[in-house]
Amino acid sequence: MKFRTFAAFVAPSVVMMLLFIAFPLVSVLVQSFFVTQPVYDTVEVETCTPGFLGQICTTEEKSVPRRDENGRIVEVTRFVGLESYRNVIEPDRFWAAVKAHSWAAVQAIDFWKALRFTLMFTLVTLPLVVGLGLAIALAINNAAQAVRGPVIFVSLLPFIITPVIGALSINWLFRGDGILTAALEWWLQRDIAMFAQAWTIETLMVLYRVWHVAPFAAIVFYAGLQTVNQDSLESALIDGASRWQRLRFIVIPHLMPLIVFVAIIHLMDTYRVFEEIVGFSSQGHVISLQWLTYDYLKPDQAGNRSISRASASAMLTMIGIVIILIPLLRRTWRDHRRARA
Amino acid sequence: MLFRKILVAGAMSLVATGAWASCAFENKVPLKSLSAAFEAWKAVTSAMAECGNFTAELDQEFREKQPAAFAANPALYQIGGVANSTMVPLLNAGTIRPLDEYVAKYGQQLKPNQLIKVDGKTYAIAMMVNNQHLMYRSDILEDLGIPVPKTWDDVLAAAEKIKAAGVVDYPLGGTFKTGWNLGEEFVNNYLGEGGEFFGPGNSPAINNEKGVRALEIMKAMTAYMDPEYLVSDSTYVQQQFQQGKIAMANLWASRAAAMDDPAESQVVGKVKMASAPMGSVRPASSLWWDGVVFATNMTEEQADAAFRVAMEGLDREMVEANNDVAVWLIEGYKPGPAAEGAIATANNGAVPYPASGPMGIMHTALGNGIADYLKGAKDASTTLADIEAAYLAAAREAGLVE
Repeated sequence: MKFRTFAAFVAPSVVMMLLFIAFPLVSVLVQSFFVTQPVYDTVEVETCTPGFLGQICTTEEKSVPRRDENGRIVEVTRFVGLESYRNVIEPDRFWAAVKAHSWAAVQAIDFWKALRFTLMFTLVTLPLVVGLGLAIALAINNAAQAVRGPVIFVSLLPFIITPVIGALSINWLFRGDGILTAALEWWLQRDIAMFAQAWTIETLMVLYRVWHVAPFAAIVFYAGLQTVNQDSLESALIDGASRWQRLRFIVIPHLMPLIVFVAIIHLMDTYRVFEEIVGFSSQGHVISLQWLTYDYLKPDQAGNRSISRASASAMLTMIGIVIILIPLLRRTWRDHRRARA
Repeated sequence: MLFRKILVAGAMSLVATGAWASCAFENKVPLKSLSAAFEAWKAVTSAMAECGNFTAELDQEFREKQPAAFAANPALYQIGGVANSTMVPLLNAGTIRPLDEYVAKYGQQLKPNQLIKVDGKTYAIAMMVNNQHLMYRSDILEDLGIPVPKTWDDVLAAAEKIKAAGVVDYPLGGTFKTGWNLGEEFVNNYLGEGGEFFGPGNSPAINNEKGVRALEIMKAMTAYMDPEYLVSDSTYVQQQFQQGKIAMANLWASRAAAMDDPAESQVVGKVKMASAPMGSVRPASSLWWDGVVFATNMTEEQADAAFRVAMEGLDREMVEANNDVAVWLIEGYKPGPAAEGAIATANNGAVPYPASGPMGIMHTALGNGIADYLKGAKDASTTLADIEAAYLAAAREAGLVE
């Protein structure tokens, strides 16, 4: 292909990526080093609000933002270096807690609490998703031709459901005396409150995420199963290899690149876990890094939001994803080089 | 989508009741409003719509849109619905206008109590008040011979008796959902203890005996509540009441009418209202108001029309058709049994929610930080110190603290 043709085809995509991914990312990076705030004046203000019968007036000192002649709030932006990062990570409190050997004190700091859950969630769901995905793929592959279509359809269903809706449904099924909690209570003959402590919520979250994502892994693996070398399988059969040995020594090595691919996608997605926290309204017990960014960004009733800390937290999440992907990317890189050599 | 549904619902109720006289004038200027989406706003905006050329946007997340929408020039909405706290960002940015000339021109029917004044100028017209107060199952209290609780100690003693009698799943309900709800519970109790949130220069001042006492009251309550209290918001507590699962709660006045709604409630006529339980100084509650504001960035013609349309929405006919939907401040309101608790709470000396920029940050820090204490992960003093630290970090970033 001529370079001009190539460029013409690629240009729209490159422009879009620059516009909607690269520039915002740079902007977030820059914002994480700056703080923008209004200039406040302290003035005495009298406020009158309704009681039931008469008005209640109070006079107190309030911080009122200064406005320029056009009526706009005067803002100053200053460089703060890594201060926003420090405010997110709270290294001093973290080291004090580590030195005191107090896990509870570490978990009292939002960032570390969120990191603990995010890592646990990511690393626990990964093998479950790969394992269950493979199992579903094998089941589909071994299903009779006639039922294969319906089986694929049914196993894909969880993946189609919007994540927030799915999480909310699980919430309602288990919340209070929801149908499934009531069923569990009847079965175990004891009172159960699924949303009263962290571990039950975390278990539900893991189960929900695995249920939701496994179909994606399954469909990828199923595609891979179609290209397994049938000759190798037949020879293994003749050599007397068991079903397990055929899977272990022929099918899985063949699927390995796909397993790595699914793992990479899953790690990237799961490290940004967010829907489960909101859908289960679990922030009293469990929070994630992505939720923390959202919480900084969300304005309170008086309109304040912590843009700088939100930017810092978003950058830290990105750095976290890169770190967690390094082992898999190195493996892919090695395979790539070996293939070329 | 939801907005459209609400519009349709509003239009249908208009057709269904048909009791409202149409608007006193025909509005020719296209107008839009943005407000919260609860029942009272549906009633008010439907009444405004009778004047024509008016569209209402009802959105529970209105506060995320309002500051930017009002800062646009021209403003995207001419009329806004706000409460104590959500007026702060608009007032600070100067995007809502003083209303005194319009009040003089078109507001003869307004009571002085309705005019929200800042430094003598009227910036909002209040339509209703709201507060959290005690709701209780009168049948259960009578059966067990328990007098109506007046203080938190009474409430806890009553809860103990109800628990022993085993007549409901949980003696108490509470809006303890982590976040805004839980923060509000602390605000109520801390005000009840007579606490002040800030010292000089917006420095936090909650880590004291009153703060500890407020936390202890909350923790004592949780022993009698559904163990999933950290996910229970006002709607959930309302449903617990309606399904006969709880016997008492300090719940919003705006939820009172729902207790007697035969379509939803299994306890019609059994839930009575009383003042919020007394803390050491005042009732454990805070007074809220809801009302309308008008954008700075619109023409004089629009402002004139917007104010007149709003007055049509806040008139006697609207109140008479929707008397029990809220505790109205508007002329013609007849307080029914559902309003008794709200009025008693105000009469017992509850103070207004201390809305301000720093308070917005403090409320968020409280809402996020208190769960650790209730779960037993931290003691009261550490919890309050950590909340103060979280407040300081956010307030410094916002420029409110040096």
